Amino acid sequence: MTPQPQSRPLFERAIVRHAVLASFQKLDPRVQIRNPVMFVVLVGAVLTTALWLQALFGRGEAPARFIFAVSVWLWFTVLFTNFAEAMAEGRGKAQAETLRRARRDVQARRLKGPRYGAPYSIVASGELRAGDVVLVEAGDIIPSDGEVLEGIASVNESAITGESAPVIRESGGDRSAVTGGTTVLSDWLVVRITANPGETFLDRMIGMVEGAKRQKTPNEIALNILLAALTIIFLLATATLLPFSLFAVEANGSGAPVTVTVLVALLICLIPTTIGGLLSAIGIAGMDRMIQANVIAMSGRAVEAAGDVDVLLLDKTGTITLGNRQAVAFIPADGVSEQHLADAAQLASLADETPEGRSIVVLAKEKYGIRERSVHELGAEFVPFTAQTRMSGVNLNGNLIRKGASDSIQRYVEGQGGSFPPEVHSIVENIARNGGTPLVVADRATVLGVVQLKDIVKGGMKERFGELRRMGIKTVMITGDNPLTAAAIAAEAGVDDFLAEATPEAKLQLIREYQTGGRLVAMTGDGTNDAPALAQADVAVAMNSGTQAAREAGNMVDLDSNPTKLIEVVAIGKQLLITRGALTTFSIANDVAKYFAIIPAAFAATYPQLNALNLMGLTSPASAIVSAVIFNALIIPALIPLALRGVRYRAVGAARLLRRNLLIYGLGGLVAPFAGIKLIDLALTTLGLV
Amino acid sequence: MTTIGWLQIALYLVVLLALVRPLGWYMARVYEGQNVGLNTLLAPLERLLYRLCGTRVEEGQSWKQYAVAVILFNALGMLVVYGLQRLQSALPLNPASLGAVTPDSAFNTAASFASNTNWQGYSGEVTMSYLAQMLGLNVQNFLSAASGMAVLVALIRGLRARTEASIGNFWVDLTRSTLYILLPLALILALALVSQGVVQSFDPYVEVPLLQGTTDGDGNPVTTQTLPMGPAASQIAIKQLGTNGGGFFNTNSAHPFENPTPLANFLELLAILLIPAALCFTFGTMVGDRRQGWALLAAMTLLFVPFVLLAAIQEQAGTPQLAALGVDLTASDQQAGGNMEGKEARFGIASSALWAAATTAASNGSVNSMHGSYTPLGGLAPLFLMQLGEVVFGGVGSGLYGLLIFAIIAVFIAGLMVGRTPEYLGKKIETFEMKMASLVILIPCVVVLFFTALAVATPWGKGALYEPAISYTSIYNPGAHGFSEVLYAFSSQGNNNGSAFAGLGANNPFYNTTGGLAMLIARYWLMVPVLAIAGSLAARRTVPAGPGTLPTHTPLFVVLLIGVVIIVGALTFIPALALGPIVEQLLMLGL
Repeated sequence: MTPQPQSRPLFERAIVRHAVLASFQKLDPRVQIRNPVMFVVLVGAVLTTALWLQALFGRGEAPARFIFAVSVWLWFTVLFTNFAEAMAEGRGKAQAETLRRARRDVQARRLKGPRYGAPYSIVASGELRAGDVVLVEAGDIIPSDGEVLEGIASVNESAITGESAPVIRESGGDRSAVTGGTTVLSDWLVVRITANPGETFLDRMIGMVEGAKRQKTPNEIALNILLAALTIIFLLATATLLPFSLFAVEANGSGAPVTVTVLVALLICLIPTTIGGLLSAIGIAGMDRMIQANVIAMSGRAVEAAGDVDVLLLDKTGTITLGNRQAVAFIPADGVSEQHLADAAQLASLADETPEGRSIVVLAKEKYGIRERSVHELGAEFVPFTAQTRMSGVNLNGNLIRKGASDSIQRYVEGQGGSFPPEVHSIVENIARNGGTPLVVADRATVLGVVQLKDIVKGGMKERFGELRRMGIKTVMITGDNPLTAAAIAAEAGVDDFLAEATPEAKLQLIREYQTGGRLVAMTGDGTNDAPALAQADVAVAMNSGTQAAREAGNMVDLDSNPTKLIEVVAIGKQLLITRGALTTFSIANDVAKYFAIIPAAFAATYPQLNALNLMGLTSPASAIVSAVIFNALIIPALIPLALRGVRYRAVGAARLLRRNLLIYGLGGLVAPFAGIKLIDLALTTLGLV
Repeated sequence: MTTIGWLQIALYLVVLLALVRPLGWYMARVYEGQNVGLNTLLAPLERLLYRLCGTRVEEGQSWKQYAVAVILFNALGMLVVYGLQRLQSALPLNPASLGAVTPDSAFNTAASFASNTNWQGYSGEVTMSYLAQMLGLNVQNFLSAASGMAVLVALIRGLRARTEASIGNFWVDLTRSTLYILLPLALILALALVSQGVVQSFDPYVEVPLLQGTTDGDGNPVTTQTLPMGPAASQIAIKQLGTNGGGFFNTNSAHPFENPTPLANFLELLAILLIPAALCFTFGTMVGDRRQGWALLAAMTLLFVPFVLLAAIQEQAGTPQLAALGVDLTASDQQAGGNMEGKEARFGIASSALWAAATTAASNGSVNSMHGSYTPLGGLAPLFLMQLGEVVFGGVGSGLYGLLIFAIIAVFIAGLMVGRTPEYLGKKIETFEMKMASLVILIPCVVVLFFTALAVATPWGKGALYEPAISYTSIYNPGAHGFSEVLYAFSSQGNNNGSAFAGLGANNPFYNTTGGLAMLIARYWLMVPVLAIAGSLAARRTVPAGPGTLPTHTPLFVVLLIGVVIIVGALTFIPALALGPIVEQLLMLGL
């Protein structure tokens, strides 16, 4: 079982069943009042129901059948909205359930003193407070979030990350954070608890995923204000129609004033129910998409901000380049064959288990067909790397082969009575200038040549950075390398800028500079020394493998610990905003067609001439009004998939994106209801319902 | 329409747009405090004013201080106008010995001129003394216009500021608007109008014998006519330039003494839209990106032209009823043709329709023909232009700040569709701005609809339409047209336009009071949120534009902005319009 939060089908049966139930529970006015648009619909539904009851007793303002039809569809409008929200919440809840399974109450060994071997007492994990120190051993579930004080252990974090490969946790350094709910596989750890019950990482994750603590984001609040203002305008526009219509009847000397039922129907059709009904579902679904990308956002605000990012700071190592340098070429000294150099370099690296060493063996095999040999079988003696000699190598049949940085080898060769050839010097310099790392290989007093090690830029990075550039995002590579090397790698990877010889202070300074210029900065980090920069960045994605400090400083945690995830995070943020904008535009554009359906129908009794505006040729005033109300209700469930999945985002310039979305949702929103209302009217007429 | 008619409209647009750049550039320099060539003459006067008033030029105001200054200053102006009207019989320069204006009318007029509306419930020549006209109304013509321009400049400063607390100094903006912009332009225009024959004198009214005698209602012979005189040219110049619109005489610019020749007509027409159009260029210059200004001007122009054409084509087409009466509706060299009821024969269809659209696009409200006599759809053009919120050119200053608020709304709705939280000119649009912008959009709609409903639902409101007891001797236009009249009256006052759809007896306590309230709310409840936005944006940092930023100078954005203006206006007022001009048109066509 992988209890990893994973993508689910849009309509999972269990979630749908639960959502249907929740749709009715959410009819509670105390829930509805939070959404002013939908509250108006609820009041309208109650009002028309009362009018229908009145009509049943023979004193109705219109035929009971008609009022009933309007009323029922108003109730459906509210229910569909509740359903959309419950669907979004349900998907989150299902994700949370898998997480909650990890949060079992376990027994913990609370140590009396912060050291291994101190006496302990057994307590329930729920009783642990921040500051307590516990001992966990192989097979134990870590009771709560904490920091390793002592020991080293392998830990299975799949409950959180879904990644089954164990990770190493040890005291000090960047791997000292442990998460409650994860399991120790080997050895032991002394852990200082850093979270009180209910405040652990897992608790926060569950809270975020469930949407229980979901607060409206700034942009959502602003949009709600606009929607409320539109609702007030329409409330007034329809409410004043009653006196206007009474006056028209009086002035005209004939006809009947517009009924309250029709006014309510008109009002509900005009107010932005589509976006009002789906707004909260869109927000929850945005969060949900983050989770499916295995990123936990600590606030909805962070997801929104992700869409606005215009500068992306990326660590070079592990993000842009593969974690380690690799050998790419053998450059022999004068009078030495490449084959000879490769052979010597391979021999020197056979017992070298560092990635650099392995890459030399691989290169020798791939390029010169020198197959791997066993140091023991050859009877060779391995000379390991030491801080004093700063080189490693092998002694074999009187050959003393060494490899290392050029200055160490120079010292070695000169110590053996040889000399360091000048052309090797220039090779070394040349490699360094091009962003590579030179390793010189020597045999006793003879310098054989240079192995060129290079940072390998991960595949597809250039394309991804190009994509970011089209999104309008500037990429900045951060590296501890010297500027020369950094520039070469930056050029190869296709980033826009770089910060070389970066210190934590320099990073923080850079972020502040960009922010002063009005830019929104995103960055990823994992180390404790990244924490200040993470706290300063607007969107800060901490690696789940990182330290507790980094995870607390960030406003998102990437469970996959994949630094390029930022690109997806940005896309999800943008998608959230686009979906909101698209449905708002669609909702408002819809109103035009609804006017053409309802206005002629509403005043048919006073001014039959207004039927000239009945462009859709709807059968009767009653069918026109009912069709508009039905369309208004049905469009909500029809758009639930879009709200949950989000509008597709493409990395193209803002102008093109706007043109495209305006065409689809603006023009589409203008045209679609004409067709929709007409079809519903045809169906009602064919079925003889009106 | 006749070729000459089309050419008049085209010529008008060409001359107007050609003047945008020089005047806009000039105004930008004025507001930046740079030398504009008039400084040797006016700078000492400006400094003297500051010294007299104790104004410290370099001292910036927060938006709240700025708003308090605007409102106090306007309240004082309102009080002066009210006092002058009530006391005019005891004051000099009253050759016709006119009595005190009634309290409700004086309130309405004071609110009207302070708020740059210039709705006139009264007839100038039989109500106001020369003193009240000059010192009260005409002074407000300058100051209300300058107030609007000042608020616009404050908003522009807010948009371009980088984390600043101040949005400028109201007293300085007010003084510079008046001294360097309105006074010189008004002086030039007044002289040009005098050269065309517009009256400018303190002489008493003149009694002249009629060329052709007639009889009055009771059958008594009438042989003489009283010609009203007065210092008209100076007032007309500013009422056109400052989008005020309040005529010296009751029939406004249809009166031969206000608007005697085709050239006078063209100049007055030009003056209506001149400053509002040029301010777009001023805006672009001041925010450092002229394309932004051109985009807004393009939106205004593209909104304006279709309504000109609607009015012109509808009026030229005339009505089936006129045709049935045997009226020759064809245009020829001898006659304008079409529906000439309520229009001056010397202006014809094109100039009348163009004026009707211009005066309601801008919140001017002066007329050279009677809009109430237009065909239903011809009359819908000016009515709907006002209901759009007076942002199609709009009032001086107020039109552009209104359109900027619409731009903020447009950016907010569509800006989301490019996947960023919305921003305009590098300023993020957040909750506070949306609250304030919503108020700006909401308030005029509420005012117009609420007061219209109140009027048609109560005997006081309907009285002016129906009841002979309230000074009317016949039922004025019942049915849909009667409704249009009430809707027009409140659309005009609720958007600070001031033009009237004749036929409504609005000089009574009910209409004077509700109208006065509508004008005050529509002016100041909009100015305050606009200044609040200016203050809030000024304090915010500016986000530099990148490829991911929604461009707000492109044709696409212009279309979007037009769409938002039209949709908000249409969605709010279509039901009401359906019961007014739209059904009237359908009835007229016998559908």
